[in-house]
Amino acid sequence: MAMIKFRRERCKGCGLCVLACPKNLLMVSSKINRSGYPVAKIDDMKSCTGCALCAEMCPDVVITVFK
Amino acid sequence: MKQTFKRPKALVDIPSHFCPGCHHGIIHRLVAECIDLYGVREKTIGVASVGCSVFLYDYFNADVVEAPHGRAPAVATGVKRARPDNFVFTYQGDGDLAAIGTAEIIHAANRGEQITVIFVNNTVFGMTGGQMAPTTMSGQETTTTPFGRDLKTNGFPIKMSELLTELPGSTFVARAAVNNSKNLMKAKKLLKRAFEVQINGEGFSFVEFLSACPTNWKMTPKQATERVQEEMIPYFPLGVFKGGQE
Repeated sequence: MAMIKFRRERCKGCGLCVLACPKNLLMVSSKINRSGYPVAKIDDMKSCTGCALCAEMCPDVVITVFK
Repeated sequence: MKQTFKRPKALVDIPSHFCPGCHHGIIHRLVAECIDLYGVREKTIGVASVGCSVFLYDYFNADVVEAPHGRAPAVATGVKRARPDNFVFTYQGDGDLAAIGTAEIIHAANRGEQITVIFVNNTVFGMTGGQMAPTTMSGQETTTTPFGRDLKTNGFPIKMSELLTELPGSTFVARAAVNNSKNLMKAKKLLKRAFEVQINGEGFSFVEFLSACPTNWKMTPKQATERVQEEMIPYFPLGVFKGGQE
């Protein structure tokens, strides 16, 4: 089982992680962080394989991956 | 559970100033990962350019010199010759390396200086507000070419990698993109090779990264990554031009 964590205060809501996920599990939510950006989130953590492609594509190192 | 992806040690843990969807952040991280991988953080000296890459000294947990606009390869030459045991790299944008710094990069490559040059090509002057750069694509609208770049009056987008390949002094020249995970994995390999070239003392290494600039292209991050794939890669082909794997 894999787990990814978002560091929400660093997210800029660009959505590059959303494009990178091979299973389309990520989305940009309607929640706003302190900088005023909508933040990325994952709902279906059980389906995540921990491939880390989202983390690789993130320009701000928001995502950390555990496996 | 084991952590399989984390921030590289060479990248300082502070928020970056880059716009949402800018590829600079990804390229910064790739460079930092390579510095960690080869264990050269303690002896790395980076040379920052002028442009969006100007805050290199804030983001890298290594020594960084700030060079005048376009002169990063010249400053790096001096640093490397004075301290040949250090790992010296420059990180420059296209407004810096391909415009005001054309002379410096060509002569540094031709002399075969033992430095690594990371060139970020986003076809526009990013920091100053989106003016036309030498790499701006045909028909691309910028603040100084509001009707699109006209090849008759403005010339052709310059292909720096191909130009440097022709020079006998260069050892490794490659072009990479980070617009999707497939290209990003290839880019990692090319960057590793560029680091090895300097660490092994083989000579001058150069990696061009195609990057998106959503703000100045007036696009969403998604549209910008698609533009890299559809417009830039056909004109700026990816791959190794010189000095592939040993």
